[in-house]
Amino acid sequence: MTSRTNEALPISVRNVTKTYGPVHALNDVSLEVRSGEFLTLLGPSGSGKTTLLMVLAGFTRPDCGSLKFGDREVIRTPPHLRDVGMTFQSYALFPHMTVAGNVGYPLKLRKVPKAEIAARVEAALDTVQLGGFGARRIDQLSGGQRQRVAVARAIVFEPRILLMDEPLSALDKKLRDQMQIELRHLHEKLGMTTVYVTHDQREALTMSDRIAVVNHGRIMQLATPRDLYERPANRFVADFIGESTFLPVSRQGDTVVFDGTPLMHDSPPPEAASLLLMIRPERVVLSREGPREGVNNFAATATEVVYQGDSFLLHAALADGAQIVLRGAMRGANVTALPAVGEALTLCLAPEDTVLIDGGEA
Amino acid sequence: MEAVRTNEAGLRRDEWLERLKLFGLGSPAILLILVILVIPVGWLFYVSFIGADGTFSLENYERMLKRKSYARIFQTTFEVSFLTTGLCILIGYPLAYFIAGLPNRIANLCLITVLLPFWTSLLVRTYAWLVLLQKRGLVNEWAISLGLWDEPIKMVHNMTGTLIGMVHIMLPFLILPVYGAMKAIDRDLMKAASNLGASPRRAFWTVFFPLTLPGLFAGSLMVFILCLGFFVTPAVLGGGKVIMVSMKIVSNIELFVNWGAASALGVVLLVSTMVILWIASRFLNLEKMTGGGH
Repeated sequence: MTSRTNEALPISVRNVTKTYGPVHALNDVSLEVRSGEFLTLLGPSGSGKTTLLMVLAGFTRPDCGSLKFGDREVIRTPPHLRDVGMTFQSYALFPHMTVAGNVGYPLKLRKVPKAEIAARVEAALDTVQLGGFGARRIDQLSGGQRQRVAVARAIVFEPRILLMDEPLSALDKKLRDQMQIELRHLHEKLGMTTVYVTHDQREALTMSDRIAVVNHGRIMQLATPRDLYERPANRFVADFIGESTFLPVSRQGDTVVFDGTPLMHDSPPPEAASLLLMIRPERVVLSREGPREGVNNFAATATEVVYQGDSFLLHAALADGAQIVLRGAMRGANVTALPAVGEALTLCLAPEDTVLIDGGEA
Repeated sequence: MEAVRTNEAGLRRDEWLERLKLFGLGSPAILLILVILVIPVGWLFYVSFIGADGTFSLENYERMLKRKSYARIFQTTFEVSFLTTGLCILIGYPLAYFIAGLPNRIANLCLITVLLPFWTSLLVRTYAWLVLLQKRGLVNEWAISLGLWDEPIKMVHNMTGTLIGMVHIMLPFLILPVYGAMKAIDRDLMKAASNLGASPRRAFWTVFFPLTLPGLFAGSLMVFILCLGFFVTPAVLGGGKVIMVSMKIVSNIELFVNWGAASALGVVLLVSTMVILWIASRFLNLEKMTGGGH
């Protein structure tokens, strides 16, 4: 257990279901987490992402299913025998122990000799940049420092799997951004399989190797951050990750048509009964000189223009009343004069940015 | 350049008035404590140093040291208080633990039941125990008819009866602070302990129990100190065999009309209570050191 040659372990979740009365907190969830991977469970509150993490940690007993850490089936293993590290949203630091007492706790339970405990505690505190804080009391620490202690305590016994339950949600934005990078570095350094829960899509995009978007107890999509953002599987994912506007489009033979005009698109549309055109605000290009060549053009009228410093936000109405949101950089002609409300514009969407998604309710 | 300071005097006066009003709210209670506590206790203190001949003397205290019966009375008092406190912990802690684990609505119902005895007179409860525990009382009759024991067991007019009655009366004073301490513990702490490798038993002793200690200390202290001065229950259920300091005070006044002796007993009881409080308060500072509570 104490050797440093530990390999990270893959996690295999198969057909796990957990119901609370009529509600499916987890509905036949299967998920393979690769060894050494940083995987994020992303979803709104009540989606089941925390339930899934609690199943991994052993605090929630599912109705059925299988859970393997490596080759070991652990679905019926009590939490204290699972040997996974975990950080809690509330940090859950023991208020009656010092920082060193907290970090050394798992080692003490594992009957590590005292001298070695002291050395490993100090090393773990160094890793989270809290060297020399061992004698402090928990109530003497700031939120960010508590977070680091929680991480040190979760990694000090070198678990091969690390679970993190919204670890940064209690921190202010600046510290959160900094800790995101730090945790990411820590993961690269220690290499343990990490499952991270958050409801913050930007955090998920920043930190993860792959993201599993969870809703209604199901995994909606499991993909890399880039694929998730560029090619969402359905409207829920597209809506949850980033901002977007959706336009209903229809299939006419081999072409996809919006408002009577065929659309140019690079990737094929999904096999689905109804289709939606997903438009990301930053991908729309504003043209004030009429339609352009080689792109999809939409005639629109500006309904609202918001100056936001580095960029501007433009709401525009199409002929049929549908709204499109556009984000433009404050650069070039826009700096001298932003479009005025009521101005007739052309919105251009390149074929590679013309993403068609499944419009069915997911 | 000198800063402009307008309305300074007026604002200061407002501040003063506000404090005065707050003090005004407290003054009836302060007056009451002065009249019914400070003055009588001062008088008690004074009387305890007056001998039979009406001059200053230490004879009341000397008597306490010389006579064996006094030593026995103090010993009984502390024994009863210790045992009651101990039994309250043994019964109350697990009960509080059980209630703290229940869903809130049921837990509140349980707490009301715990507090129920407070709504009946102390005297009524004590005599109720007498009825239950006496030789031909309910407990003995039932036990014999169920075949648990053959002969009636003596359960009142001795230490056993006194303890049963006292524990029953004191239990809520222990349960409430312990329950409060348990409820204040973040449930994630136990999960964290378990996640870090602690078996449920280890997690209880290394995390849960230490965090309930401040509540346990407070409850035990309250029970112990209330026990030291208790009168009714040992008087009724002890049947003259369990003599505590309070009972000796009463007999000194009612039988011997010796206010000096009674006062001296009162003073010793008061001082020993304060010493215990002082020692305990040093322990209770642990609360801060260990960060117990929040």
